[in-house]
Amino acid sequence: MAIQAESSKPKNFLVRFFTMDTSGAKGVGRKLPLWRQLLIQLLCLVIAIEVMFPLMYVITMSLSSKSERPTSLQLFPKEINFGAFKQVVDRPTANPVTFGRLALNSFILSVSVGLISLLIAVSAAYAFSRFNFSMRQVLMILVFVPLLMPGVGLATPLFLLLNSIKFVNCGGGLYALTPFMSCVAGVTPKIIFNLRDSLLGVGIAMISGALPFAIWNLKGYLDTIPKELEEAGKIDGASSNQIFFKIVLPLAVPQLAVTFFLGFIGYWQEFVLPWLFLTKPQNYTLSMTLYNMTGQYATSIPWNTFSAFSIIVAAPVAIIYIILQKQIVSGLTLGGVKG
Amino acid sequence: MGAATAFSRGKNALRRGGLPYIYLAPAFIVMGIITFYPLVYQFIISFSDFQTKDLLYGISSPKLSWIGIKNYIDIFTGGLPVQNFDFFRVLTYNFWWAITNVAVHVPAGILIAVLLNIHGIWFKRVYRAIYVLPIVIPPLVVATVWRNIFDEQYGAINQGLSAVAHLFGSVNPVHLRWLTEYTPPIPWLLPNSPLPLAYYAMMIANFWLGWPFMALVATGALQSIPKDLYEAADIDGASGSQQFWNITLPLIRPAMIPAAIYGFTLSFNLFNFVYFMTGGGPARSTEILVTFAYDLVRNLRLYGAAAAFSMIILVVALTIFLITNRITRATAASEA
Repeated sequence: MAIQAESSKPKNFLVRFFTMDTSGAKGVGRKLPLWRQLLIQLLCLVIAIEVMFPLMYVITMSLSSKSERPTSLQLFPKEINFGAFKQVVDRPTANPVTFGRLALNSFILSVSVGLISLLIAVSAAYAFSRFNFSMRQVLMILVFVPLLMPGVGLATPLFLLLNSIKFVNCGGGLYALTPFMSCVAGVTPKIIFNLRDSLLGVGIAMISGALPFAIWNLKGYLDTIPKELEEAGKIDGASSNQIFFKIVLPLAVPQLAVTFFLGFIGYWQEFVLPWLFLTKPQNYTLSMTLYNMTGQYATSIPWNTFSAFSIIVAAPVAIIYIILQKQIVSGLTLGGVKG
Repeated sequence: MGAATAFSRGKNALRRGGLPYIYLAPAFIVMGIITFYPLVYQFIISFSDFQTKDLLYGISSPKLSWIGIKNYIDIFTGGLPVQNFDFFRVLTYNFWWAITNVAVHVPAGILIAVLLNIHGIWFKRVYRAIYVLPIVIPPLVVATVWRNIFDEQYGAINQGLSAVAHLFGSVNPVHLRWLTEYTPPIPWLLPNSPLPLAYYAMMIANFWLGWPFMALVATGALQSIPKDLYEAADIDGASGSQQFWNITLPLIRPAMIPAAIYGFTLSFNLFNFVYFMTGGGPARSTEILVTFAYDLVRNLRLYGAAAAFSMIILVVALTIFLITNRITRATAASEA
């Protein structure tokens, strides 16, 4: 009775405005009065400004025609000039390497590292998730430790390992593949192909870090697939391998995609290993070129082209991330929840 | 399905106990060659004075001399030919850096996720799209931009502070040397602070970089909480904050603890950001273990010492892993 009496009381405009239900929910639900909505909007806007602040800086610089650093704080572009973008695409570096070549190198490297590590990881993740065997603890620790080791930690031995594999011309129509064969003593061999100094070699080195991550991320997800499905398969007479390939693998496809994409972001931006290994400009990647532009001293950076280049490198990943956000969120949490 | 049939044929020959090892084989063969073999190699060269001239021959180099555990002793006693190096200071700073980062990222991430998860707020999708941007910007770009923002002369922070100082009647522009000053900030408050101004600048920049990931994980966890729990709490008359402490927090904890640990190891080894933002400076006061290891390889070319350093990092990482593994039980069987 009290409720009815209250609702029939006439209210002035302001009270009605600020107690307005903005939740959009139909029927019974929690109400969000307008004053709270406005307060939350204000908070969200403040956070959005915090996020956008450095990004606006980059966008403003990229649209400027001057390559010097702005001397006053400028968050909104005064002029809109796509000269920097054009310059980046036309002639990205001092070397005669096209933008397309750099982008292709980055793309091939990150896609193949992502795919290959995923292929190798999925069966190992399955074994860790579904089987109890005596070496399980030890082997899992062996997989996780490299994950904690940064790429830098193994750079020297990987360099030595990959550097020892060379295809050389011994002269006189003779070729050799070191370290398995070598030229006759006294002949200085001419290097035709050095695994270390190639995209293939860098890819191999990157897989060394990518593989443990893929196993870790997939294992967490496989843990959440109900065992009942497999048991049902077993009753129907499916072998372990049939269960893996026909039941578990199809169910894991969304997480395979998420793991691939999470890795892809990292390898797309990876700079240390390519930077230490590659010497030929035609093998350079986008991130290496970006690093090249920052030089040793901040003042010498061509700010507008650097910013334009940054946007070109970041934009594709950002767009895919925003589109796939829902899948990534669920993939990440499922991959992480183990408690 | 070719691989599958090959597997089943092999399976007949093996007892059931061998099956997990067959599934593990591809990963461990690959890791054996490109992860564990280099690791062992690294261990071996950590006992030598491996230098640039030895790169061509590896450990069979004729000029290589074996110096036993000298590299390790040098690292612990500060005997490396490197200025401003004290291993235990770097180690302590590294832990402090990782812990303080996680301590601000996780609560901020949770609060922002809860804020955006309120039923019926406008522009939810727009905000979600904006808030993930820091995750996908290359670290080099993030660090370069923030370095610019903290610049002594042209930086946005100093210009903003100058504007604030103007309001209070000061005419001098603020020229804080955020990234290069190494006397402790606010000397009357923190006279013996080991943390330079650059640490606080990096915390601010890394806060920008770090909370969105935590918010992302928290959002996923929040969405899996059944709605009727809140409805029941509403009926029982629980206030918003009571619901937060008694429903939300306990239920997202299983997702947040592994995320926090992941964030900890990520911050602990945050090479790209630290290297590009300050390069470990000023005077190596913001150096972390991995940036130091990189410096040993890339600039100082002390490969033997760098190998020993990497081995020490590995031991530290292993210790962290074993401790955190206790907390999350990451390697526990799925049904356990």
